[in-house]
Amino acid sequence: MASEPRSVTPGRLEPMLPVLLPVVKRRRETGDTVTLALDPGPEGFGFAPGQFNMLTVLGLGEVPISISGDPGDRSRLVHTIRAVGPVTRALCRLTPGATVGVRGPYGTPWPVAGQTGRDILIIAGGLGLAPLRPALCQVLARRREFGAVEVIYGARRPEDLLYREELSRWRGRFDVRVHVTVDAAGADWRGPVGVVTTLIPHARFDPPYTSAFICGPGVMMRFTVGDLLARGVPEERIFVSLERNMQCGLGLCGHCQLGPLFVCKDGPVFSYARVKEWLTLREI
Amino acid sequence: MATGPEPSLRLTLEEFAAFLADVRRLGFTLLGPTLVQGDFVHREIAGVADLPRGVGMVQEAGTFRLVPRGDEALFGYPVGQPSWKPVFFPPERLLWTGRRTGRGWEIRLPPEDREPVALLGVRPCDLAALEVLDRIFLHGPYVDPYYQAQRNTALVVAVNCTVPGGTCFCASLGTGPRAAAGFDVALTEMLTGDGHWFLAEAGSDRGRRLLSELPGRPARPEEEAAASQALAQAAGHMGRSLKTAGLKEDLYARYEHRHWAEVAARCLTCGNCAMVCPTCFCHLVEDSLNLTGDRAERRRIQDVCFTVAHSYIHGGSVRSTPRARYRQWLTHKLATWQDQFGCLDCVGCGRCITWCPVGIDLTAEVTALRVPETPGPAGPEERHDQAGASAG
Repeated sequence: MASEPRSVTPGRLEPMLPVLLPVVKRRRETGDTVTLALDPGPEGFGFAPGQFNMLTVLGLGEVPISISGDPGDRSRLVHTIRAVGPVTRALCRLTPGATVGVRGPYGTPWPVAGQTGRDILIIAGGLGLAPLRPALCQVLARRREFGAVEVIYGARRPEDLLYREELSRWRGRFDVRVHVTVDAAGADWRGPVGVVTTLIPHARFDPPYTSAFICGPGVMMRFTVGDLLARGVPEERIFVSLERNMQCGLGLCGHCQLGPLFVCKDGPVFSYARVKEWLTLREI
Repeated sequence: MATGPEPSLRLTLEEFAAFLADVRRLGFTLLGPTLVQGDFVHREIAGVADLPRGVGMVQEAGTFRLVPRGDEALFGYPVGQPSWKPVFFPPERLLWTGRRTGRGWEIRLPPEDREPVALLGVRPCDLAALEVLDRIFLHGPYVDPYYQAQRNTALVVAVNCTVPGGTCFCASLGTGPRAAAGFDVALTEMLTGDGHWFLAEAGSDRGRRLLSELPGRPARPEEEAAASQALAQAAGHMGRSLKTAGLKEDLYARYEHRHWAEVAARCLTCGNCAMVCPTCFCHLVEDSLNLTGDRAERRRIQDVCFTVAHSYIHGGSVRSTPRARYRQWLTHKLATWQDQFGCLDCVGCGRCITWCPVGIDLTAEVTALRVPETPGPAGPEERHDQAGASAG
């Protein structure tokens, strides 16, 4: 009864089938983190800031990785990957010419468009800057629509900072302020030392008219959200990106559940108002 | 869908056998309950002769036994361990294969080898379970192509339950013991003074056509009444019940209830309950590579939320304690599922109770959880610690 294998184009009907894209550029960001640019072909790859792809190293496995490129540039698909497991280690070792399987984009975006006229706070901890970079690109591309734009970024050590060239480019602009801190540093670090929340008092924003996009380790997001709420930023204008085990990206495999939410399709970006009752429960 | 009350058909055992032969003649692979080495499984059958005869079941929490009934009944039991879920959502399925081509790869879908199946003996609870699975795999933002292909062609022959089991509670959930919808043909098996016969109703045009070709005669009103009475009696003899009014709200308010720790002290986190559940859908996506490194495969494999790996992200598992994992399973079935899919994820089949090796009883746990906690000497934080201790 068996017939011949079929060649098909990936799409809605075969949602588990990745497209194979070549690596065109690899940049080492830090000791364990690499940024890969993939060539999506002539049609390009469209996505919204905050969305993620499922990336496959053939034969090894598949992992969810947020998209880190400029959403205004469809010609390159950019991911920043930290080597923490077998698949991400293999992804970090890939060089131009190698093939990556891609499914996506999946998930909800940072709602940049909905924040016209408001001050924008972009707060990142560690690798959390990777999914926020497309949001900042979009904010800067439509800079006139917003009030103050403040970027607050914390990393463990100076050598763990991502996108260093870009950080200094952003710092050189007069229409965005960039605050960077590290948890620990040597004598050659001239910036502040301390957790991300210590920089919030230095940022200029009008809390009731501010929208915040936050991504980082759980504890960092918890303290940051608490600080912003105490200052009067409305909870429905604080957005967080959450992380869970994801194996399908389609809301079918069941691993990414947070209470009634599937983080892969209802998230990963949520307003704090929507997820607060679930974030305060342990082991949920 | 039926357009009005339709006359049911009365089928003799011989006519029932002819019905099964017709189904197979139409090209369906007929799947039905069989006994293989003393185990109850769904398999391809050739006809009535392959069905277990005179078999009954004793089911209690952690107990399942086949017992002789001393009669000729073909469906004189409620549900066994296997549900129909694996027919549409196989425990393991090959999604694609990859072949290395120099530095690149070529990905192909496996050949299609699906045959239309006819399911014989789908109980009302399992019909309801298929409806729940449809919501997940057919009516969500993404459609599962394999599930869809298999489900669209399947012929469903339901069998109403006149013999409920000790762990059954479909009557309290409104999913049984009589099938209301979702079938092509529904049968009620009757063993009465005037012999062994079946009351057959059509639930679809396909079912109507099938029945119209059979020699059976329309059922008399007293025969319909006898079947209805047998089913009403079954509804009154369920071994368990579950009150659903306000269930979601109650469970949402009980996430820190001390009873979770009590269940966790008994729970082995083996995942049996999720594996026998006719609606649990969690699955792994796993890749593998052959020894020479030029062939890759991706498989979808059934998973359960009772493993530490289920919620693992780099750095550790989100639900590291049995308390958290049992809570995830139960609240997902009875509370969060309602927000996700607009229905309960429980159909009252009782399998999770029967097949739990330590006899954890979903209905009893819910009853205990619905008792509001009186503030005791231990604060919420201390209770957390106790849960952690019982997990270790």
